[in-house]
Order: sequence, then structure tokens, then C-alpha cells
Amino acid sequence: MDFKINGRAVSYDGDGEMPLLWYLRDLEGMTGTKFGCGAGLCGACTVHVDGMAVRSCQTWMDDVDGTEVTTIEGLGNGETLHALQVAWAENDVPQCGYCQSGQIMQAASLLAENPNPTDEEIDVAMSGNICRCGTYQRIKKSIRDVASGKVKGGTI
Amino acid sequence: MSLHIENVSRRGILKGAGIVGGLVLTAPLMSKGLLAEIKKASGMLEATNYLSISEDGTVNIYIHRVEMGQGSRTGLPQIIADELEADWSRINFVAAFGDQKFGDQNTDGSTSIRKFYDTFRHAGAAARMMLEQAAAKKWDVDASQVEAREHRIVNKATGDSADFSEFVTAAAELPVPAVDKVTFKSKDQHRFIGKPVRNIYMKDFVTGSSQFGQDVRREGMLYAVAMRPPVLGGKLKGYNKEAAMAVSGVVDVVELPAFEKPIMFKPLGGVAVLATNTYAAKKGLEALAAEFEAGDNGGYDTAAYEQTLWQSIEGEDVNFLKRGDVDGALSSAAKVVEADYFVPHLHHAPMEPPAATAEWRDGKLMMWVCCQDPQSVQQTVAPYVGLKPEDVHVEATLLGGAFGRKSKPDFAAEAAILAKHAGKPVKMVWTREDDMQHSYYHTISAQRVKAAIDADGKVTAYKHKSAFPSIFEIFNPATEHPVPLEMGLGLLDIPFETANMQIDAGRARGHVRIGWMRSVTNIQHAFAVGSFVDELAEATGKRTDAMWMELIGSDRTLDPAKDGADYFNYGESLERHPLETARLKGVLKKVVEMSGYGKKMPKGHGLGLSVHRSFVTYVATVVEVAVDGDGNLSVPRAWVAADCGLAVNPDRVKSQMEGAVVFGTSIALHGEITAKDGIIEQTNFDGYPVCRMNECPHVEVAILETTGVPGGVGEPGVPPVAPAITNAIFAATGNRIRRLPIGHQLSA
Ligand code: FES
Ligand code: FES
Repeated sequence: MDFKINGRAVSYDGDGEMPLLWYLRDLEGMTGTKFGCGAGLCGACTVHVDGMAVRSCQTWMDDVDGTEVTTIEGLGNGETLHALQVAWAENDVPQCGYCQSGQIMQAASLLAENPNPTDEEIDVAMSGNICRCGTYQRIKKSIRDVASGKVKGGTI
Repeated sequence: MSLHIENVSRRGILKGAGIVGGLVLTAPLMSKGLLAEIKKASGMLEATNYLSISEDGTVNIYIHRVEMGQGSRTGLPQIIADELEADWSRINFVAAFGDQKFGDQNTDGSTSIRKFYDTFRHAGAAARMMLEQAAAKKWDVDASQVEAREHRIVNKATGDSADFSEFVTAAAELPVPAVDKVTFKSKDQHRFIGKPVRNIYMKDFVTGSSQFGQDVRREGMLYAVAMRPPVLGGKLKGYNKEAAMAVSGVVDVVELPAFEKPIMFKPLGGVAVLATNTYAAKKGLEALAAEFEAGDNGGYDTAAYEQTLWQSIEGEDVNFLKRGDVDGALSSAAKVVEADYFVPHLHHAPMEPPAATAEWRDGKLMMWVCCQDPQSVQQTVAPYVGLKPEDVHVEATLLGGAFGRKSKPDFAAEAAILAKHAGKPVKMVWTREDDMQHSYYHTISAQRVKAAIDADGKVTAYKHKSAFPSIFEIFNPATEHPVPLEMGLGLLDIPFETANMQIDAGRARGHVRIGWMRSVTNIQHAFAVGSFVDELAEATGKRTDAMWMELIGSDRTLDPAKDGADYFNYGESLERHPLETARLKGVLKKVVEMSGYGKKMPKGHGLGLSVHRSFVTYVATVVEVAVDGDGNLSVPRAWVAADCGLAVNPDRVKSQMEGAVVFGTSIALHGEITAKDGIIEQTNFDGYPVCRMNECPHVEVAILETTGVPGGVGEPGVPPVAPAITNAIFAATGNRIRRLPIGHQLSA
């Protein structure tokens, strides 16, 4: 299958049932996408396929043929980071940091679809992403900061 | 406390060690062997210090503690940088590998800042003074005429200044100022201590470039997953090697050495599949269809075991503290209040499952492990691969959460064994299922609390008995009841002025691996004490905050030894970290003020309160709950007042308190690990839910800094949360929850 990762063309002819998660982490060496549960329960592995947030542990390689995959490594543009990444830094969101790739990818897809979500909509969109360290209120604040235009993309 | 800082650069012994020039200070605190080792070292010394300054003025800070979300790898450098007057952008943050030379590296027990604040502060201040002296000498002025400021030395008379780099070589020739001659900056001069400095890994975190244990990659590396005996102590019976080898990408099937008691941090045995990627390894493992015999613990059933614990509560008392005559006071009481509490096994479930990578290099082992204590990895791994601990080089990666789980490096030993077998680098990947089913679980406990109340409504006696399998059974299989350390986490330090008090334990044996989890036995003890004070308030018609104040009584310091208790005070002396009732009352008052505790709440809403000292820090928590007509519970808000002494990084302290409320809410609402036929029944986050965004309160935190001595931060926010929630439920509904988790108890 042929598809793109962060704009780069790749092709793969192995087991079509391999989850995208392991392809990214083990075959491509792109470890920004994290392994948390392998069962679609935690959101740590969230990436975008054609702009939509998906759990890469539940996405088969067969399914990504012809798509554009975006991972945390490709969310910003070099040193210029996505507004959410900047907001994450400004609100000192991460504790251990492990869940945060998935959180940011999920939040980016939420804002792409719904640029000004209510608190309830944020809760609904983000409740598939576990943060065991409990950084939820800062995640929520960061999403609000970007939605309101208070924080923009740039460097940190 | 002994503190000795030495300028090892003067001895010329660093020359052969790849450290070129510069000022190198060493300040051992925990390890007496360090200085001796430096002294005998000639050409083989590595950077054994916490601080060195290169000739170009770069400040190298060797951070010997790991980072798992608590912020120590930012907080510890803040201390040195501040006293040194360094420019934060010119610091080279070096994550130290495992070596006894660094002293105690066990990142556990909320100790990193509280145990190393003085050491790091002295190191920074001593280096600053040496740079100042070198500058004074060069400028031919008195040392009092110069001052370090933002990586420069300033001549106060002329206003001239020069960069640190100008003086490094000369400073390296100077003797280190004696400990009593070292002067520190005053609080108002601090630029980093007490400031919300951003996490040093921030950019890596938000761009996905940080390296956790699961993320390690080595050239030619194989990926391993394993099936371990589902029952503790079970034996491998059989497996289908051919089927596994037939899976594309599978390279080998390797039996792991059988497990033997004592439990320690030993791997559990079983069989591993090695493959060229994790997916192939997992597929191979499925095809392997390994089978096991259950063994001695095959009868463990947590529902039945609960009854065993209640029998233990009824049975013989193992006494830990006694004051006055509790039984006498109970028999003559106007009223006796009694309640039983139960807390099940719990599991850390760090977001990153355990992982370790091992690689042989020149007859030694290199390891990259998401471990809480790299030295413990060295000790655990060495005997399995026939090496001395010092020949196992361990780099602690970032940890995707740990909460105590990753201080038990059983998984690292597996990686080492497999790398030796394969002759190639091997990454041992634990899946979430492995993590859930093979943890070192928080213990399972039953508690009975009784109080005598006299005719005036005053509490005259307090009796508390706690029965649970002890952590120490994993080290000493003969252990058959809790040890003083575990009883000291929230029971031997109960701050009541009550004339009569008795604390007992009951006997219990473990059938799964029992370990420490964030705040340890404080979890069940604070739940019982915090709930019971609420029950006493109800029984005597008082408000719970007033009940606490009355029970705590006068401002004083406590000494549990006076009542016969062997109290460990989190490894601190009672001089440095006294048990101060005034600080407990201080956080209580503050949280009442913040939350408006006591105000009238809308129907179905309630506020609950609890307060607890642990890890020498005082935390009071108020939680608001709402319960609807169908018994659906929500937890919209929480308030935390924490007195942790000096807060080196107040923002990280706040974030730890916010996180602790979420962790505590997970315990209260959902946390329950059960076993049937010796097998843990939960396998992933569906069976063991933890709180998600929609279930978590918004937390407001106030930090009270009543002393200049830092206390623990990572754990003490957890204990008061669960009782505050259940007390709030009582306030909202009149339902008294005495067993965790709350689960479906409200809708039943
Ligand atoms: S790893 Fe994919 S949802 Fe958890
Ligand atoms: S920051 Fe640790 S799991 Fe979210």
C-alpha cells in the first residue's frame, strides 16, 4: 500500500493487519506516537488519517492505503509549532508527558472540526484520551486558549 | 546531616576521565563511599559529581533522580542554578546513569527535593563563592567587593563585569569553602527557587521527541513480549514453539528462568517471543499458546479473602501504639461509635507500560530502562546475567508515569536475560495486559475503628485496627503482619489529643505481589481516619472541620515514640521535620476558607473534607460532589491547601496536587483489582477504569509555605481525596460509603 506520513510518500507490502501504531513505531522509528493500551481504550496512539483523529493501534495498514497520515512529529512546521503545542507549553500541561502526543492530536482534530467548542464538547471529544497523571484541567484550558485566539502557533 | 563538598578538579584526578578543565564539585550526601572512591581513583573517574563548570562557562548539572511527571529533573537544577547565579540557557542538563557514586537514586517516597535540597544548594553556592574569589583575586579586590549575577561576576565598586568562563580555570585551583562558611542567597534574591520554571523537557513532550523506555531503539534490535504464569509462583507447562516460529518476523522463542521465592524484584518466569517488531512478537505469542500450572496461589479469590481479613480483625491484635486505657474508656463511654472500612487491591497503571532494552557491549551490559532507581536495576539484573552490578550500565529514560510500579525492575531482568541469549539488543515490551496482570499491587485491607464519646460529646478514646498483607512479605516470606513503617503511614501519626488511643494490626498473608503505590498504605489509612472523623462529627452534631480541630487539639509537636510506637517519619528526623499540629490546622483552615465549606449546597450536592500529613507535607482537601436521583455521581470541583514547606517549583507542586486529586478520584470511583483462582481479573482500562476528563473535578490549589525546609510533593496530595469524596456523598445524600470503590453503590 502507498500512503503519506507527514507529507512523505511511503509504501508498505507487509502484513495488512499490522496496526499502524507498530508500523510507525517499529518500522518507521517514529516513536512520538505512543503505545498505551493497544485496545482503543486510552488514546495515547492518536494520529490523523486524512485529518481525522484515529487510534493507530486500531487502524490496520490495509486501511491507510491512499491516505495522508499525520503524527505528532508532523503537526507543527519545523520550529513553528501548532498553536496547541504552544498552549501546552504555556500552561505547563505535561507531567510525565507520555499521553500528550495523543492528547494534542485529538485536540487538533477537535479544533479543526469545531473551532470554538463548548466545555462539554471538549469533554466529549477528549474523554477517549486518558492522562494517568491527571493533567486534564490544563489540557482543557489550553484548548480554550487556542479556540479563543489567545494563543497562536509559533516557537516555544 | 553530613555534608561535604570537595573540589576534585584540584586533585588532578579528572584528567584521564575525559573531563577537560573546569571546576568540578562533588557533594555526596547519601553515599559515604564516594569521597573514598574519588580519592583512590586515578585515571578512571567518571563524572561523579552533581555539578561541573566547563571552561566555556557551561554549567553541567548531573541529575541523579529520574523524571516521571513529578518535575524533579527541573526542580533539582533550579536549586543549583539559583545559588550559582547561573543563566538557565547555559545549563547542560545531564540525566545521570545508575551509580552508587551519586548517592541514593531511588526516585520514590517523594524524596528527590526534600533529601537533596541542601546538597544541591551547597554545591551551587560553593561554586559561586569560588568563582567570586577567583574574580576578586584577578581584579585585586576584596571578595566582598564582587558578586555573581546571571552568569557574570560583577565588581560592585566599578560596575565592571565578566563572564563566569573567565574565572573557571582559576576557581578550579581554589579550595572549596568550608560548609559553615558557605553563604546562601536570601529568599528575595532567588531567581529560580520558588519560581514556576518550565519543565526542561517541554519541547520534546509537545513534539513527540522525548524518549521513554518504550521508545528506545538500537541497531539490530529485537522486540520481545512474554507470557508469564498468570498465578504468582505458577509453572510453565507447555507451548507450541513451531506455531510461533511460523509467524513471519518471529526470530526465537526463549524460556525465562523459573521464579522462586522470595519475590523481591525477580522476574516471574514464563516464555518470551523475540521478533523483528512488536506486532510480530505479539502474534507469535498468541500462536505459542503457552500453558501454565497454577501452583500454591491458585486458590486466591479476593472476595473470599475479604472474609479472611475480617477474621483477622476479630482475631489477635498486634499492638503498635498504646496511650492510656482505651478499652476502659470504651466500656464506660456514654456512646461508642464504630465503623468498618474496606479498600481493595489497586494498581498503578502508569500510562507507559514497563519496558527495558538491553545490549551487550565488550562483555558488559548497557541498559535503557524506564526505572525509578537505576541502581536497583543494576542489583536486580546482575545475577541473572553473571555480571557484577557495576558492569550493568543503566540509563534511566523518561518514565511515562510510574507511581511506584517502576521501582520494581523485574522487567529489566527479562530484557537482560533475552539480550544475553540472543546476542543482540533486545527491547522487552510489556503490554497493558502484562502491566495489569503482573503488577506489585497495592495491598487489600480491612479496618475497624472505634471511639468512645462521653456525656458531653467529647471523644475520650480512639481505637484503630488495620489488617492487610504487608509489602515486606516480598522481601521476607516469613512476614505475617504489617510492619511499623506501613502502620506509620497514617496511623501511628494520627494527630488526636485524645487521652486514650490504641493502634493495632491484624495478621495477613499475601497471594499476589504486594508493592507500594503512590502514597502507599496512607491510601487506606487516610480513607478510614478521614471517614471516621466525619462519622464522629455526625454522631456529635458538629461540623467536620470543627470535629477535626477538636480532635487535633492544641498546637504542639507529636512524638509517637512516647506512646511506644516505632515511627519512621518518612526517613526524616523529628527535629528537621516535626509533626506539627499547627500546620495541619493551618491547611484545614485554608481549605475551608477557599471552598466555603459549611455553606448551604443545592439539593443533591455536598462538600466533603479531609486532611492528612504524609511524606512530611500537610494537605487538606475539600471536594464537591453531585448525585442525581438515579445515583449518578459527578465530582465537579475540588480545593487543595498544601503546606509542603519550601516549594522549589510552585507550579510543579500545584500540578502534583491537581494530579493527585485525579489519582485519588480514580481510586475512590473505580479502583479495584480482583483475583479469582489466583488470576487477576482485570486486563486493560475497560476492566480497570481510571478517571477521564469528563469525570474529573476542576482543582484549585493553595500552597502554604510555613517553613523553609522542603517536604514531599509527589504523593501527599493523594490520601485525603477518597475520604473527602465519600464524605461529600454523605453530605449530599446521607449515604455512608465505607468500602472502595464507590462503583455502583449509589445506584444499588
Ligand atoms: S494505544 Fe491505542 S488507544 Fe491506547
Ligand atoms: S502527562 Fe502523564 S499520562 Fe498524561
